[in-house]
Amino acid sequence: MLELHELSTSYGPVKALREVSFTAREGAITAVLGANGAGKTTLLRTISGLLRPTSGTATFDGTDLVGTAPEKMPRLGLSHVPEGRGVITELTVEENLRLGGLGRGGKVRGDDLQRIFDLFPVLGERRTAVAHVLSGGERQMLVVGRALMARPRMLLLDEPSLGLAPRVVAQIFALLRDLVAREGLAVLLVEQNARSALSIADHGVVLNLGAVVADQDAASLAADDTLRHAYLGF
Amino acid sequence: MQLLNTLLSGLTLGAVYAAFALALVLIWRSTRIVNFAQAPMAMVTTLLALELIDAGYSYWVAGAVALFAGLVLGAAVEFLLIRRVDQSSEINPVILTLGLFVALHAAAAIIFSSQFRSFPAPFSIRGLEVGGTTFGIGPADLFAIGAVVVTMGLLVLLFRFTDVGLKMRASAFNQEVAKLLGVRVGSMLTLGWALAAVVGSLSGLLIAGGGLVHPGYMDPVVVYGFVAAVLGGLDSPVGAVVGGLVLGLSLSLVSGYVGSQLVPLAALVILMLLLTLKPAGLFSQAQARRV
Repeated sequence: MLELHELSTSYGPVKALREVSFTAREGAITAVLGANGAGKTTLLRTISGLLRPTSGTATFDGTDLVGTAPEKMPRLGLSHVPEGRGVITELTVEENLRLGGLGRGGKVRGDDLQRIFDLFPVLGERRTAVAHVLSGGERQMLVVGRALMARPRMLLLDEPSLGLAPRVVAQIFALLRDLVAREGLAVLLVEQNARSALSIADHGVVLNLGAVVADQDAASLAADDTLRHAYLGF
Repeated sequence: MQLLNTLLSGLTLGAVYAAFALALVLIWRSTRIVNFAQAPMAMVTTLLALELIDAGYSYWVAGAVALFAGLVLGAAVEFLLIRRVDQSSEINPVILTLGLFVALHAAAAIIFSSQFRSFPAPFSIRGLEVGGTTFGIGPADLFAIGAVVVTMGLLVLLFRFTDVGLKMRASAFNQEVAKLLGVRVGSMLTLGWALAAVVGSLSGLLIAGGGLVHPGYMDPVVVYGFVAAVLGGLDSPVGAVVGGLVLGLSLSLVSGYVGSQLVPLAALVILMLLLTLKPAGLFSQAQARRV
């Protein structure tokens, strides 16, 4: 579904991604793991068009993503959920969600909103609240819900567990697993929390200093002691 | 009686400051640029309206053309100039608007002449008479106040209740997130400048009505409009209108009871007091401000 081939990105002279190649399959969760500074966020920003790669290709269902503007991604079925502060805090919960729905083009329907409120009842309760007052966990639910409003075929999730209580992380991950199983959603999950991520992922890719050092199924990755100790810290 | 009349004329004054402040706020909240060219942009569209009126068209046709010209001019300035300048330093686009200020002045003097010309008012500018007493407010003033209130109402409706308004607000608050959600942020900025210039053109017409116009006639309004916008917190359209009214009333009181020579000084004192005591403005919700 999402195919990366020798993708490289630089910040000036600093190479942040070095010829990254892997495939994220349809209806599966692909975890991208690695330490701080391994290039995980750079990878997502390159895929969604916020950064331009210096070389290599990225295709989504055959569409070339290199040179495609970030605002065109939701229409292709690709939703990028940025790290941490992705909530527009000045807007209400409902306005944030509607904005997500507009990304697909066309009007936002009431049942689209209802679907998100069914998935995240807490968002329904705080529908008219300004997002500024939400807790960290509620904000994370809001950005995931907002991305789902565009009915994407693939979610790009950047560190959804960052700063959240383990219970909330487990809740969000369980929900993702459920969406993948029920709706065939594909997820590219970037995480520093490798243990949690591998527990729900089908496939794992490990980045170190911008290069892929492992690309295998999640269970065998979790079982590989050398790899775990060297790069994943558990 | 004098107090009432002073307050009534302050209300009219406040309404035009409010319109100008509204134009500044619309651009500031979406691009963080103080548009110093707002006054000459409004001047150009107003002089265009005057040409049409002199050519025999009605006030309303000329006014509509001026507002439409504002729309086009605002969009063109954003699309052709502001967008092209290096945005890595916040001061660059602001300097550009200052350059535009000078350029539009010069262009207007060449195209429309730099003489003082009288501009008609849509309605009588004479005060209303009730039972033998003349009030300090006339039909033209009521029209000005009404036009500003309606404009503010329409903007609030646009921002609160329409999809395009939601996209414009999202672009103003967080450009990167708005992009990731599929909002064409560039188009929203162009639209923001276009709307602002329409409101600016309206303020140009209202100020010109029943008075004299020349290429510099809007310049004093820059200061008052800016003070009104800061009063309202620079970010809030409603704040801009309330700020305009507060300023208009205050300055009218100063002019009526202290002396009209002191009006510009009073505006400065208000600005200084505000920046010292409540720098975020009377209505700002933002915690941090960089002016």
